[in-house]
Amino acid sequence: MVIESFRRFVGSDIWFSFKQSKVTLCAAAVSAAIILAAVAAPLISLQNPFDPVVLDLMDAFSPPVWLEEGSWVFPLGSDDQGRDLYSAILYGSRVSLLIGFSSVVLAMFVGVTLGLVAGYVGGVVDGVIMRVADVQISFPAILIALLIDGVMRALLPGGRHEEMVFYVLVLSIGLSQWVQFARTVRGSTMVERNKEYVQAARVIGISAPMIMLRHILPNVMGPVLVIGTISLAVAILTEATLSFLGVGVPPTEPSLGTLIRVGQDFLFSGEWWIVIFPGVTLATLILAVNLLGDWMRDAFNPKLR
Amino acid sequence: MMALVLRRLLQSIVVMLVVALMAFTIFRYVGDPVAMMVGQETSLEERAQLRVTLGLDDPIPVQFGRFVISMAQGNFGISYQIGRPVSELLVERLPATLELSGIAALFALLVGIPMGVYTALYPTRWLSKIFLGISLIGISLPTFLIGILLILLFGVTLGWLPTFGRGEVVAIGGWTTGLMSTSGLKSLIMPAFTLGMFQLTLIMRLVRSEMLEVLRTDYIKFARARGLSNRVVNLGHALKNTLVPVITITGLQLGSIIAFAIITETVFQWPGMGLLFIQAISMVDIPIMAAYLVLIAFFFVIINLIVDLLYHVVDPRLRIDTDQG
Repeated sequence: MVIESFRRFVGSDIWFSFKQSKVTLCAAAVSAAIILAAVAAPLISLQNPFDPVVLDLMDAFSPPVWLEEGSWVFPLGSDDQGRDLYSAILYGSRVSLLIGFSSVVLAMFVGVTLGLVAGYVGGVVDGVIMRVADVQISFPAILIALLIDGVMRALLPGGRHEEMVFYVLVLSIGLSQWVQFARTVRGSTMVERNKEYVQAARVIGISAPMIMLRHILPNVMGPVLVIGTISLAVAILTEATLSFLGVGVPPTEPSLGTLIRVGQDFLFSGEWWIVIFPGVTLATLILAVNLLGDWMRDAFNPKLR
Repeated sequence: MMALVLRRLLQSIVVMLVVALMAFTIFRYVGDPVAMMVGQETSLEERAQLRVTLGLDDPIPVQFGRFVISMAQGNFGISYQIGRPVSELLVERLPATLELSGIAALFALLVGIPMGVYTALYPTRWLSKIFLGISLIGISLPTFLIGILLILLFGVTLGWLPTFGRGEVVAIGGWTTGLMSTSGLKSLIMPAFTLGMFQLTLIMRLVRSEMLEVLRTDYIKFARARGLSNRVVNLGHALKNTLVPVITITGLQLGSIIAFAIITETVFQWPGMGLLFIQAISMVDIPIMAAYLVLIAFFFVIINLIVDLLYHVVDPRLRIDTDQG
């Protein structure tokens, strides 16, 4: 069964177009490398940058190894607290990717559920859900995320916020992105709803939630994965932006955005590496995921074949 | 046309009321307004007294009604942290944000449209490939990173441009402008470029794809067959028809420029509304958050309304529909 579906995948148009596009291959390789490095961070990093015990203020502001005074102890230099940047970037990508993936999963869950219900049930339910979606999509996602973040910040008392920050961010970013999923799924659900297999399922008495989940959902998932990839790039970007603005991940467990925020303070004193290396990592990651998303959009679009 | 205007106006009002309800909910239920206003040593009686004076004991619909009326009159309450009326703070900072957004939008349009046209007309030239490369970078490079890189290059390394603030501003009535002084203009360059970059890439990609589509149509082929010059065909016929969707998207993007100004203003410490909003979020200054939300929503609704109506003016095909309905 597994081998059979693997063979089908290797022989498919999608795999062929993937192999043909060099840019996509590079993008996939780069994304995979960054994700792997982030997952394996504890194994390949030089120190645990979150552990205050290993940090020594005397090591602060060590430049990258190829500059004068640079040393192999800190290959990409160190920041103001004597943290090794290479390790901090590995751990930072971990935080960024984790929040990015979780937000997309949340957005996907909310969006697909609401889209299925709106498309299948129709009527007033559809009207309400889609009006909310219309209003939300006319505002930029970053604004919605900022707002949810601000409200949660106000709701949670001071100390609690630091420990809850992961959930706050996932909720803010996830809820700012569900609309795309809902709109697409609603559209395809409305088409599927009138097809014979759904009518047949209804006739033999399968309940509505079961029809949506087992019969319609598998047939509308294709575009969802495409949107999911593009959303991942947006989610990582949004997290970085929030953290950069100072309303995201705190500097004690920095994400890439937080590292850039911290580094910005040292731009004027000449310690450019604190901001540049996390910045380059972030930009590379987003570019790679965006390219993958672009390719997926074209590959799954039957019009362009 | 009249019916359309009325219907759109009604929709806008509904959206504004929903946003106002959200702002009211945040204002009223996130934290206790009384506890935010008074000090530790205020007695319970005094607090209860304040609660009555502020009308927090009235029924919720009455409170909401009062909230909407005072918002419509431009009264957004008093900032918890700064202790001054929010409307005053916003009015002070409005010119900075609008000037920055306006210049950024202008930059994005004036550079983005020609780049889009060029890449559509000559897709194989190397300059087009460079433009497309730039657009990919523009989409992938976070706004704040573009700002930081600019600061590093032109501010720190070369020392050509100021890296923060608005420079010298001139007050004209209630409006402060940085456009009249050299330092003001110099301060504007990097923030406007940073803010406009993302919109520029969007506009360029949009113009390009629309233009490619239009160039394939029969009337363009016919125009060429008639022997019209390339100039007339490309700019007179093709570009003109490309611009219809461009107007819509650009209009909508204008709203998001004002929202994205939050990021640019933080990078360059630009004293605008966005910076005020970010500070309000990190200090949990609810009145400013609520006011900013309503104000931005107002901008968006107005822009959407204008764009919608403009769309109907520009595209005659849409008019048939609305005159009947």
